[in-house]
Amino acid sequence: MASHSHDHDHEHSTLSEMDVRVRALESLLTQKGYIDPAAIDRIIETYETEIGPHNGAQVVAKAWAEPEFKAWLLKDATAAIASLGFTGRQGEHMVAVENTPDQHNMVVCTLCSCYPWPILGLPPVWYKSAAYRSRTVLEPRKVLADFGVSLPESTRIRVWDSTAEVRYLVLPKRPPDTDHLSQTALAALVTRDAMIGTALL
Amino acid sequence: MNGVHDMGGQQGFGRVLCEKAEPLFHADWESRAMAMTVAMGASGQWNIDLSRSARESLPPAVYLSSSYYEIWVRALEKLMLERSMVTQAELDAGQLITPPIKVSKVLTLDTVDAALKAGSPTERAIDQPALFKVGQKVRALNVHPQGHTRLPRYVRGHVGTVVSLHGGHIFPDQHTLRALPPFTVAVEWLYTVVFDGPTLWGDGSDPSVEVTVDAWEPYLEAVA
Repeated sequence: MASHSHDHDHEHSTLSEMDVRVRALESLLTQKGYIDPAAIDRIIETYETEIGPHNGAQVVAKAWAEPEFKAWLLKDATAAIASLGFTGRQGEHMVAVENTPDQHNMVVCTLCSCYPWPILGLPPVWYKSAAYRSRTVLEPRKVLADFGVSLPESTRIRVWDSTAEVRYLVLPKRPPDTDHLSQTALAALVTRDAMIGTALL
Repeated sequence: MNGVHDMGGQQGFGRVLCEKAEPLFHADWESRAMAMTVAMGASGQWNIDLSRSARESLPPAVYLSSSYYEIWVRALEKLMLERSMVTQAELDAGQLITPPIKVSKVLTLDTVDAALKAGSPTERAIDQPALFKVGQKVRALNVHPQGHTRLPRYVRGHVGTVVSLHGGHIFPDQHTLRALPPFTVAVEWLYTVVFDGPTLWGDGSDPSVEVTVDAWEPYLEAVA
């Protein structure tokens, strides 16, 4: 119990320390005129409410439903995704990679945390973790096992390490028996992790 | 730089822990730190490669023991201290002591949406023809630059195959040579190169694995 209590106190004081540090930073940068707090609020609001995996899910659903769009997406993902209004920071140069029975795709950034913000939003903590960044290129099947995913040995796994400004979207396999669904209903089936390649649908 | 940030293939970090129903931010300061980092990019006093370089060159123990947004905060402070945009005394006090320097732009409520929508594309026109073509075997150079680079250690010295060309892109290794604008903009062909798992990880490793990296032409050489 003593040890638990110590850990808890430590964690609490670390958070408070960062809270104080970041408040001081914001106050200083505002006084300097380097930032406008209203713009800071707006950036947060954008990623909290407007930009997230629901954007990518629309792209995937459209690709499943419309063969011409899928062909465009696989040929020029930047333009195809931009046609739905998803552009900008950390999605300037997009590539879509399709999962097939022969090949499963996974995305990582071993050097930092590159991630396609306009279609998936901000990355989850695990994507930025040392464990994911170190192991995904070395032992992707074991990483998939951490997500509860198991693939046949005959399926090739291609890991895309985002080392430049190209950002990757995994186009998951369309689940069976979904022919009757609308694009909106299809989009509801698509998860963030499936678009990173750490989940199946 | 062969830093701790270059994590591909390192061992001992344990399982990947996924938080169920993870919140976008785990504390208010994380959201403020994210947004300030984005907003300060508009100051034009550094570029994305200098910003990555600042994070990577934090002391290794600090890098490994900091949460990701904590790394961003430390790097942002470092970038501004190096450019005399703020002083340590000001950071400690959270109060202006010396006048600001002139910056290229401040994001406002009126300009922020357009800035996020536009992003900062790195593709540029390139005159010289590409040295390599799709399907060609290339070797990642066995180099260990002191400065910023985006060629991960785990592919260096290994032979892969060109999967695609992405046109000319700003070369990070040069983009970080000058700390202040005007930055050195060298445009080089960018390729995606695929490596077989056993080429990277040796006999006995999973033969069904392939790994790609995006590599600028100066990182690669032709294989005879």
